[in-house]
Amino acid sequence: MKNKTDFIHGLKQGMPIAMGYVPVSFTFGLMAVAGGLPAWLAFVISLTNLTSAGQFAGTNLIIAGAGYLEIALTTFVINIRYMLMSLSLTQRLEKGMTLAKRLMVAFGVTDEIFTVASMEKGKLSFPFMMGLIIGPVIGWSGGTLLGAVISTALPESLSGAMGIALYAMFIAIILPQAKKSRAVIIIVLIAVAITCMLKYFPLFKSISSGFRVIIATVTGAGIGAFLFPIRDE
Amino acid sequence: MTLDKALIAVLIMALVTYIPRSLPIAIFRREIKSLYIKSFLKYVPYAVLGALTFPDIFSSTGNLISAICGTLVALWLAYREKSLVIVASCAIITVYITGLII
Repeated sequence: MKNKTDFIHGLKQGMPIAMGYVPVSFTFGLMAVAGGLPAWLAFVISLTNLTSAGQFAGTNLIIAGAGYLEIALTTFVINIRYMLMSLSLTQRLEKGMTLAKRLMVAFGVTDEIFTVASMEKGKLSFPFMMGLIIGPVIGWSGGTLLGAVISTALPESLSGAMGIALYAMFIAIILPQAKKSRAVIIIVLIAVAITCMLKYFPLFKSISSGFRVIIATVTGAGIGAFLFPIRDE
Repeated sequence: MTLDKALIAVLIMALVTYIPRSLPIAIFRREIKSLYIKSFLKYVPYAVLGALTFPDIFSSTGNLISAICGTLVALWLAYREKSLVIVASCAIITVYITGLII
């Protein structure tokens, strides 16, 4: 019974993510087809990659005709941040979860799924994680297919406007938490300041966007942990 | 790029995306005792999302003014703790309408 309620609770928690993914993946589908890829391939990319920035960048490179190594490196660097999230999750997953189950949970580590899982109280069970992941997977791949199929029918002004969806969703995740914790506000501000510095300071121009995120995250969370250690659960 | 090559590239992308996700979860099972590392890992999600959002949100729509308007609406609704879907769709609508006006 606990498994079933955990799964359903996960489904509920995943629903807002799934809905938020639709406009973002829709934009991805538009972009892929506009770049000359078939709709089914855009769908396969979303289903197998299940990531935003990494697959946007990788797909752009495919469209540009880049080599395998460049595609692999760029995607990898953008996605290294998942290691931090995955490591953070190891501390929260229920003890005794089998390797096979852990590997399935790992597939669903995205910025949003990870963050929502992190906000849960207590240990995270396998049924909960599966429930949490399944909606966003459907939203992400389904939205992609939708965007890919009706790409030609949509005015450019509307598809351009959808570019903001992903970021608006990030804001919706952070801000309610930041309201409650001064530590969170300071950490977010540090991370943002470092990203801006790396992006606009000429000396750091050669640092890729993936590494920017990693450096900003490690510094922000590192300073935060030093200034505001969390004493207990 | 031919379709065959594109498909191989997609599979490579899937692989290099899955590796960083799965390695720590598959290998690391101990409970971390250090207060510092525990706090660090708890703060990671906020730092990641902050770094991903700003300043990139301002170039997400192809027009700085419409992006700023969308951002302000998203900030305001998120501050009032509206759901992810509401915040995302209102930001899109705001950007779209601002784009029509300017």
